[in-house]
Amino acid sequence: MALDALTRRRGTSAPAPDPVTGAGGTAPAPARPPVRKIPLRTRLKRDRSLLLMVLPAVVLLVVFAYVPMLGNVIAWQQYSPYTGFLHSPYAGWANFERVFTNPLFLDAVGNTLVITAFQLLFFFPIPILLALLLNSVLSPRVRTTIQSIVYLPHFFSWVLVVTIFQQIFGGAGLINQTLRDHGLSGFDMMTNPDTFLVLITMQSVWKDAGWGIIIFLAALSTVSPEHYEAAAVDGANRWRRMWHVTLPAMRPVIILLLILRLGDSLTVGFEQLILQRAAVGVDVAEVIDTYVYYQGVVYADWSFAAAAGLVKGVVSLVLVLGANKLAHVFGEAGVYKRA
Amino acid sequence: MSGQSPEITAAPPVLPAAAVGTTPDRPTPAPRRRRGSKHRPVWEERPSPVGLALKGLVLTLVALAVLFPLWTVVLTSFSTQAETLRVGGLVTVPGELTLNAYRQILSGGVVSRAALVSVGITAVGTVISTVVSVLAAYGLSRPGSVLHRPILFVFLITMFFGAGLIPTYLLVSSLGLINSYWSLILPGAVSAFNVLILRSFFMGIDQSILDAARIDGAGDWRVLGRIVLPMSKAAVAVVALFYGVGYWNAFFNAMLYINDNAKWPLQLVLRSYVLQGVSLPGGGTTGQVDAATGVVSGLPIQMAVMVLAIVPILLVYPFVQRHFTKGVIFGAIKG
Repeated sequence: MALDALTRRRGTSAPAPDPVTGAGGTAPAPARPPVRKIPLRTRLKRDRSLLLMVLPAVVLLVVFAYVPMLGNVIAWQQYSPYTGFLHSPYAGWANFERVFTNPLFLDAVGNTLVITAFQLLFFFPIPILLALLLNSVLSPRVRTTIQSIVYLPHFFSWVLVVTIFQQIFGGAGLINQTLRDHGLSGFDMMTNPDTFLVLITMQSVWKDAGWGIIIFLAALSTVSPEHYEAAAVDGANRWRRMWHVTLPAMRPVIILLLILRLGDSLTVGFEQLILQRAAVGVDVAEVIDTYVYYQGVVYADWSFAAAAGLVKGVVSLVLVLGANKLAHVFGEAGVYKRA
Repeated sequence: MSGQSPEITAAPPVLPAAAVGTTPDRPTPAPRRRRGSKHRPVWEERPSPVGLALKGLVLTLVALAVLFPLWTVVLTSFSTQAETLRVGGLVTVPGELTLNAYRQILSGGVVSRAALVSVGITAVGTVISTVVSVLAAYGLSRPGSVLHRPILFVFLITMFFGAGLIPTYLLVSSLGLINSYWSLILPGAVSAFNVLILRSFFMGIDQSILDAARIDGAGDWRVLGRIVLPMSKAAVAVVALFYGVGYWNAFFNAMLYINDNAKWPLQLVLRSYVLQGVSLPGGGTTGQVDAATGVVSGLPIQMAVMVLAIVPILLVYPFVQRHFTKGVIFGAIKG
């Protein structure tokens, strides 16, 4: 995630330009060690254990990441499992035309974007606010206790989270049970399309707000108390200190997470949604990923589903690169340096 | 505290607060010079009572929002069926307690088998993923080695462009892995992100130590095993936990690749049996969902299945807390 951040500190130990850090240094062409002069065969011999160590991971990635990338050729075919990749008839761009003219696909894109936008508005700020609040708590014990509690659901599976919500908000859930005990009529939030956006946002907050809090608090822990003291001595009250000291310290992380979220606009909690799609209905709960899954794996329209998935993959890639570019324009580090 | 006032000299010798606290016959503390929290720096203004109360309220509510659902789930799993029927659903106040639900799900049958499957996949998968990732991270930790940059790009590209669900599914199925547990392990065995975390950790190790070992004749395998690994236990453990939690929690890959429900891992059983309220075929848990009284009758058992899915997470959580938050991520953010 925080690729750039997590590798940046290595700048001193890695003189050669590093694709992860971008450049690592300021010099455009740092002096390379005289490694290049050594003949390839000697270097191969010298580094053969390193190559051997990388081999299993590379094999796994090639087989399970790169071969499927090539497998996307079926988007240009009339693929059927009986004829396979090699012998399925070529279909040109027909599958992509079907994707872009398909109202159900466009609905799924719409739902995806609506969910992303809603969560950006109502989920994204919550960890920031809670981190600010926790940061203002003076007792370290209270702070770490709350932190540990809120962070816990991040490690639960989506099945577990959705099930817990069903037990609390569902038709037979705790809230309805209490409402009925008091003679009120219940409502089933788990199957109501009108409140679905609120429901999944609540689930996301419950599961992942703690994760965000940890990241923001980590950013805040880098602020030297002297900055606060100096600001206070200069007459800044607590709100001004928050505005002028705390928030600037959080800004790079906020922008980093915002970029990651924007780049991921077309991906919204796949497991979360596929678990609830049947209960709430496709009108609101069908997103691009679930649509691809149902068209392909369930209805066996392989080429069409692959085309839809490929469109999403390419657009997502463009979004990530674009969001990163945007960050650079605003003078932030972004996810990685130098595309 | 400049020591100008006469009371200071009369007070016991100034010790660190902790040392004072542990003294058995502690003298009555001198009147505190400023009221409020001992953690508050002098320059910080005292909070208003309303603000303080509001802050406390919000934080309490936040903590309760996480803890209360867990409390009622755990409590219900230990309650009798009669108790759940009496209150009409989840139990929030302890009543009649029993271990019946656990006895039933752990005495063989669908849930026990699924739990064993999950434990097995998690154990084997975590070992494979961690070993492969550690090796790859070390293999990539020396810039300037042969093919260093191309191989690094092989990893990086997978972080920005995924192949997509359909081609991956077709690949797994054409490899004959449908209904094989390997389909739950191999496709996601290597996470480029975890490899890069480990790599940056390994690169942060003082290179002169490694060079010294190499001069003494140690090969890369020995350097990795004897020096690098012992120095990065915490980082490796955190990555292993990442993988382990991932394997334990995974449900969609099983839904995709495992059609035979005798082979289901725990998360799929949880989905079917608890979330969807389907009674499972075979095993000791059938018939718990009484048609006359509805799904509610199996509630303690359903909640026990949930607890079963939570317990491993709770077991590793303190460790995650300690190492993960302090070590890897803080280092990552601070840069």
